[in-house]
Amino acid sequence: MTNDHRPLSPFHHYKPQLTSVLSFAHRLSGIALSVSALGLVWWLILLADGPESLTRLDFLSSVVGQLLLGLVSLAFFYHLCNGVRHLFWDMGMGFEISRTYLSGWLVLAATLVMWLIFWAFCSGLVGGRL
Amino acid sequence: MSMRTPLGRVMGLGSAKEGTRHWWMQRVTAIALIGLGFWFMVALVSIGEMTYSDTVSWLSRPANAILLASFLLALLYHSKLGIQIVIEDYVSAPVLKVSGLLISVFVHLFLAVAGVVSILRISSGGLS
Repeated sequence: MTNDHRPLSPFHHYKPQLTSVLSFAHRLSGIALSVSALGLVWWLILLADGPESLTRLDFLSSVVGQLLLGLVSLAFFYHLCNGVRHLFWDMGMGFEISRTYLSGWLVLAATLVMWLIFWAFCSGLVGGRL
Repeated sequence: MSMRTPLGRVMGLGSAKEGTRHWWMQRVTAIALIGLGFWFMVALVSIGEMTYSDTVSWLSRPANAILLASFLLALLYHSKLGIQIVIEDYVSAPVLKVSGLLISVFVHLFLAVAGVVSILRISSGGLS
């Protein structure tokens, strides 16, 4: 009755679709943001410890650091927008296939716009640091 | 007249009767995080260069300290619920699953305590 080699999920056999990719991205961005919470608290601990300790975050000004912050903020805005989409589903709205695709594209557009606005402000006002 | 089998009843199988609360609190924290999340991103921009003195003077305003602590606690609560789902979905070995869930709870609680204590220390200016 048991067969260990059965495919457990159709994940590897399905063609990627907007709906499934966004669903997966929601989990992935959620995990990334949970890990980022470690960074947020680390920042607060260093701040509480004094100015010398905060220099340990200087690597965030480097290209790799900026890329990291860029990805975290992208995950943040995506998870926020797609989370709102989930809340509409919870209210029983937008379940038709066409609506699901429309809201999916809307989420992607809103994410991109918020992310770009955020970084436009950051790069304009912040200069080298953040 | 229960429809459950005696074996299932003896082994304590069935619903833990708390799935609804998990689902509900995930939504409650999500709604809180819409407002607090936007506030946090705007705040990051508003701090300017994010130097030590800029950030500390920003956090020394009570409204900012209170909102940041609220954001952090809502975020960690939401994160705890989410990570729990991920572990329950993908980790099937009981030992790994239970220890993963335990570690997740401890880490989230530790981050909440560490974050709030740090915010209080910064905002009250208790630096030597």
